[in-house]
Amino acid sequence: MMRSLKSLALAAGLLAGFGAAPVWAAGDHSAPKLPEVNFPFEGMFGHYDYGALQRGFGVYKQVCSNCHGLRLLSYRDLRQVGFSAAQVAAVASTVQVQDGPNDDGQMYERAGRASDRFKSPFANEKAARAANNGALPPDLSVISKAREGGASYIYALLTGYVDPPAGVTLMPGMNYNTYYPGHQIGMAAPLTSDGQVEYADRTKPTVDQMARDVASFLAWAAEPEMEERKSMGVKILIFLAVLGGLAYSVKRKIWAHVH
Amino acid sequence: MASGLHKSDIANPVLNWIDQRLPVFTMMQKEYGTFPTPRNFNYFWNFGALAMINLLIMIATGIFLSMHYTANTALAFDSVERIMRDVNFGWLLRYVHANGASMFFIVVYIHIWRGLYYGSYKKPRELLWMLGVTIFLLMMATAFMGYVLPWGQMSFWGATVITNLFSAFPIVGEYIVTWLWGGFSVDNATLNRFFSLHYLLPFVIFGVVFLHVAALHITGSNNPLGIEPKGPQDTLPFHPYYTAKDSVGMVVYFAVFAALVFFFPNMLGHPDNYIPANPLVTPAHIVPEWYFLPFYAILRAVPDKLGGVLLMFGSIAVLFVLPWLDTSPVRSMRFRPVARIFLFTWLASFFVLLYCGGKPAEEPYVTLSRVAAAYYFLYFLVILPLLGRLERPLPLPESIARPVLRGGGPLPAGAFAKPMEKA
Repeated sequence: MMRSLKSLALAAGLLAGFGAAPVWAAGDHSAPKLPEVNFPFEGMFGHYDYGALQRGFGVYKQVCSNCHGLRLLSYRDLRQVGFSAAQVAAVASTVQVQDGPNDDGQMYERAGRASDRFKSPFANEKAARAANNGALPPDLSVISKAREGGASYIYALLTGYVDPPAGVTLMPGMNYNTYYPGHQIGMAAPLTSDGQVEYADRTKPTVDQMARDVASFLAWAAEPEMEERKSMGVKILIFLAVLGGLAYSVKRKIWAHVH
Repeated sequence: MASGLHKSDIANPVLNWIDQRLPVFTMMQKEYGTFPTPRNFNYFWNFGALAMINLLIMIATGIFLSMHYTANTALAFDSVERIMRDVNFGWLLRYVHANGASMFFIVVYIHIWRGLYYGSYKKPRELLWMLGVTIFLLMMATAFMGYVLPWGQMSFWGATVITNLFSAFPIVGEYIVTWLWGGFSVDNATLNRFFSLHYLLPFVIFGVVFLHVAALHITGSNNPLGIEPKGPQDTLPFHPYYTAKDSVGMVVYFAVFAALVFFFPNMLGHPDNYIPANPLVTPAHIVPEWYFLPFYAILRAVPDKLGGVLLMFGSIAVLFVLPWLDTSPVRSMRFRPVARIFLFTWLASFFVLLYCGGKPAEEPYVTLSRVAAAYYFLYFLVILPLLGRLERPLPLPESIARPVLRGGGPLPAGAFAKPMEKA
């Protein structure tokens, strides 16, 4: 009786195991594999490359910001990537923002200040859709956290524009992108030619480099706390390793005469 | 000494004065100092204390987060981002709180598994177990409502899907859903009440945890052998033995916690929740947080909506009556060679459900969920009741002290020397 019970149980266990096996093998084949970019901010000791962030901001400002907002950031946040106060003030002053009401009860326009939030390119969602063939360009403040793959996905998307494969008919106004879910994307290829954005440093503004830089910039925009977070994490793990050694020794000593 | 005052052994005169009038120090000494605890705990017995710490961390971080959070559909998402960017160490508070929820479920799942494997739910600990299941249920409600608060896409659509489950009930279903929402869709009223309840429930949990611990201190702890201590030779005072052992587990727990918070803070979340909620755009796959996936898989395994809802609630309800479903007098699976295999298979079915719950409702995941869900219930409702009668358990050890003091030879002098003292 016991024997048959035990073999029955074993058989049930094995069956469950085999049942699960094909699922693990099946995997997810809907999304194409993202290219390996190796950003310097990946990994436990990851750091932002400030040069890349500054160049990436240039790409955002000259290309992306025509359609995409960055509304959760303030201009003064750019100080964190190494821009000077004067540079930040200059960037902020290029936009006109509405302020008020003044003492006469009137709203008025003034030049942007460092403390202002980034001005979004469209007044509202309807305006954005009207200007973009019905598509809504998403705000980019947390985009690298809001997409599977993060900065690698942004880089892949920006460099993933190809001619549609034979047999695929694009809907009017749509473009084909290898990495976009469903492949048909409203945004036309934003980075089309080398030198499209002028770089202040000696880096060559190839399409690949621009995509890489703006992906880095957007990763920073979504997680400006990352460097502080990771360095705190390393310190805490070191502390816990020491504390763990002490706690374990104390436990061994206390229990020494019990076992 | 005046009559009616408690007789206190505390040496410090100030503490003694308090202790005579309110013997909290005596109580702490009795319940956490000298409390006789089986001497053979393994590290699985750390997880109750870890769960307690986790609850306190969640309450502490939650209180500070709520000082900066705004429960309004137009402001909630931005207020969370403001915490991340502008509040001093706001990112730390939020990531600790968000990953703390995951840690809480990891800890509690291991704690429940410990109970299942070593038969901690059996007489005389049935009520202790049922209070634990109540805590688990409250945790799920709290976590669900907490996930709604950032008002991202998954917050909104998760809330919509889960609250809509109640519409499956005939006649009253629609009314219940409207009542839960406070309107005719998931909207500002829903967010407000979820925030209110999300703040309230942890304190309810704290209350039930107190009862859980109080009940534990009546029956005493179970142990890996599943036999009751027969005397002082089988137990150790809680302090310093288990305070020291819990400390080791605590450091490991904090290390795992820290790894999540500082290096993979969003790994267990869904990217879609960084997209502000939009009632007009449905995400491609609506998935709940990982710790709900086994139950979500059970829900989807049934083709009928009401059936799925009932089975999902049933998967928790069955835990409440587990003490009476398991008919074997032997607690620990160490001595139940057959039941042990079925229990490990049950664990496998739990992981299969966890995996399938995160996958789209298509083949082979649907069939797999059905098989696993069927086994989940089969184990509790058929296998356990029958095994208690059919299985021949291995012989139980004479006492806790004997197998711990290995070798089977005579016990060292002194092991039995202490006179029996009343605990």
